[in-house]
Amino acid sequence: MAGISAYGAYIPFHRLSRAEIARAWEAPTVPGERAIANYDEDSLTMGVEAALDCTKEVAKESIDGLLFASTSSPYKDKQSAATIAMVLGLNESTVTMDFGGSFRSGANALRVALDMVKSGSAKKILVIASELRLAYPSGPFEMNFGDGAVAVLVSDTNVIAVIEDAYSVFEELQDIWRSDRDIFARSAEDRFMIEEGFNRIVPRAVSDALKKFNLTQKDYAHCVLYVPSQRQVSGLVRKLGFDPKTQSRDALFAKVGDAGAAMALMLLVEILEEAKPDRRILFVNYGNGCDVFSIRTSAAIDKAKGSRRGVQGYTASKAMLSNYNRYLRWHELVMIQPPARPPLEIRQPGPQAQWRENENVFRLRGTKCKHCGTPQYPPQRVCVVCRTKDDFEYYSFADKKAKIYTFSHDFVMQTADPPVTIAMVDFEGGGRMMCDVTDRHPDQVKVGMPVEMTFRKLYYVGGIYNYWWKARAIR
Amino acid sequence: MEGIKDKVAIIGMGCCKFGENWDQSLEDMIIEAAYEAYDDSGVGPEDIQAAWFGNIWAGETGQILASPLKLRFIPVTHVENACATGSEALRGACYAVASGACDIAIAIGAEKLKDTGFTGLPQTRPIATWSYRITTQTPMAVFAMMAHGYFAKYGLSREEGKRLLGLIAVKNHHNGNLNPKAHFHREITLEEVLKAPIMADPLGLYDCCGVSDGAAAAIVTRADWAKKFRADPIYIKSQQICQGPREGWLNPAAYDFAHVEETYRGGLAAYAEAGIKSPRDEISIAEVHDCFTITELTIMEDLQFSPRGRVRADIEAGTFALNGKLPVNPDGGLKCFGHPIGATGLRMMYEVYKQLQGKASPRQVKNPRLGLTHNQGGEPGAATVSIAIVGNEPG
Repeated sequence: MAGISAYGAYIPFHRLSRAEIARAWEAPTVPGERAIANYDEDSLTMGVEAALDCTKEVAKESIDGLLFASTSSPYKDKQSAATIAMVLGLNESTVTMDFGGSFRSGANALRVALDMVKSGSAKKILVIASELRLAYPSGPFEMNFGDGAVAVLVSDTNVIAVIEDAYSVFEELQDIWRSDRDIFARSAEDRFMIEEGFNRIVPRAVSDALKKFNLTQKDYAHCVLYVPSQRQVSGLVRKLGFDPKTQSRDALFAKVGDAGAAMALMLLVEILEEAKPDRRILFVNYGNGCDVFSIRTSAAIDKAKGSRRGVQGYTASKAMLSNYNRYLRWHELVMIQPPARPPLEIRQPGPQAQWRENENVFRLRGTKCKHCGTPQYPPQRVCVVCRTKDDFEYYSFADKKAKIYTFSHDFVMQTADPPVTIAMVDFEGGGRMMCDVTDRHPDQVKVGMPVEMTFRKLYYVGGIYNYWWKARAIR
Repeated sequence: MEGIKDKVAIIGMGCCKFGENWDQSLEDMIIEAAYEAYDDSGVGPEDIQAAWFGNIWAGETGQILASPLKLRFIPVTHVENACATGSEALRGACYAVASGACDIAIAIGAEKLKDTGFTGLPQTRPIATWSYRITTQTPMAVFAMMAHGYFAKYGLSREEGKRLLGLIAVKNHHNGNLNPKAHFHREITLEEVLKAPIMADPLGLYDCCGVSDGAAAAIVTRADWAKKFRADPIYIKSQQICQGPREGWLNPAAYDFAHVEETYRGGLAAYAEAGIKSPRDEISIAEVHDCFTITELTIMEDLQFSPRGRVRADIEAGTFALNGKLPVNPDGGLKCFGHPIGATGLRMMYEVYKQLQGKASPRQVKNPRLGLTHNQGGEPGAATVSIAIVGNEPG
């Protein structure tokens, strides 16, 4: 029986209250808040975080598929799934695929993963959905959208939620979309979008799905529904034959916002975190059509959470953005004075040099001397302590806890989140490196502060997104 | 190892005014410094047998020097050691004379930083990938980490620590104000320093040296020829250089970010070569690398002028003030004289040279005998520290 055997999520640290957005535009206040990715995050880095959360207790060598879904990938023509697989250290024979094109792409990936496992073409597939969508300032999407990512592991061993069946319809409809020339999402007029869009398509898809599943609403404890309009969810859930108060959730919209291609799976993981064993979930993901899944929790669901933070943990760990302008700056929605500094292009090494350092950079992989046991980053052929040459094993720093030994806040270096907080970070087990500290308020950074490492975007230079790791306070 | 104590002497030096020299090109400043040194020594370009040129950003080879000065077909070596470049040029010239490879050599350091159009230092060429990824900060922030490191290690509160740093800035501004060739002429108060905006926490505006243009030159010859040129040559007692291996950036046990080991060990080697047993008592004056106030603070301990972890008492007592027991940076230091990277090490020697000859009024220190220059390039723990000790008597 194939299905979900692990789950994880990632919500960015910062939240912007909708009241603050309203204040910026002198508009009537609105309740709730939305998650804002930091300037050093994108859908790829958030996907990595969700994947790491999901696979905390999973041996990376056992994963043989990675499917990444987003409508906001950093590249149009370079596979994000391959990059994420590199960061996780998966075998090179892992099947990697990128999915996109709609906010149903997460469900698309889930469907393909399920079929791959059932057909035997792969055994353990990581399905990651992630979104960082830009919205027109002062428009409705700016209020509604939120950034985040989610990951589920699909396999047929240790399954905590069996995916019993799936049904899919497509629809050619221009309701919410973004062309290759657009930065911001577009939408058709509200009433059309709702009435001819999901209010028409979803009930029919669900009804036909249930016929195919040979089940009825009474067989389901929960209905997880994603449509791109928070206000319509409870009415539609009722129309589908469920009680929105007891069988559905809509709190995530008020805490995180509409995370596009990541939202449906994020809502599903939210339910899985609290579901009891042997309960059915109807999982409905709308977007240029509709995917419907029949999912049933197993006896193992209670023990599934483990040490994962998931939707609950990451939603609860947050800091409010003080000021709407910081969001504009972080997401490059406003032009700012360029620094009187030489351009970064001068310093960037070419792809050849960067490729040579791939393992060290993407995986924060260092070496551990076999002679004296000292971990060191970056990898050293000559040991930093005993000077033994070429006698080491590779050692990961990405998952190690650490403490700040010393630091400074640089107010001169240009950054979208001033000041640049730089620190010497000393790792548990040995080793030290210098890196930025992100997701922090400068006043909170102290000598001795415990930190963990996070995968982030450093710069965009010459058409290349440069990724590496930074430290952050433990979330 | 014999060392070069008393084998080489400086017989002439020149130094142009440091600052934003908009009306001077690099060549103009080279010529000004070189010709002051020729006048001071009585030696002309036809007598120069070899040259060392310290400079980072003007381009390649020694032709940048040979061309304006019309040095014809002699050995010219272009050296770079980040901010320790000036001392490196002098070191090359001295070692050549001490080895007998030549008898009269010139060392010139020069930098033209204000032509880039940018604030701060120009960018270096592309660098190794991993260090490209961590250069998201300015040098200020790296040195600033020593401030937090020192405060934490020795139990200073932020206020106590910033006060000590501020007193250093006030001292150097006072000295610079007495120096017509310095970039900045401005007395400041401790209150001004403490109120100034933060550049890289906890360092504020007055804790950081600025960016300047400038050039300086030294002419050296064999010690046994020196008195032919002048009655008061200055003798090289020691020239040492110590390179930090950056191990402390990878291995916590190797570096506490509260001192600079390469300054300490460079000092040990320099004192041994010069035969100095008690630096605090025997060194009369010192020009040290105060790129940031925290750098000067830790140098005092690393050079053994103050006991480890206890420089606070000396700073409060004014030990290193112009009228103190061991004046440090009597010419205003990097902070006020300015810091054209390639020239600084030679500018430090220029002040020590003039002081030892009794020609440094109105900053003249009483009866100096031995002077020390400390010139540091690169980041603490991976720094290149160049220490020279000179005296006005042989033996």
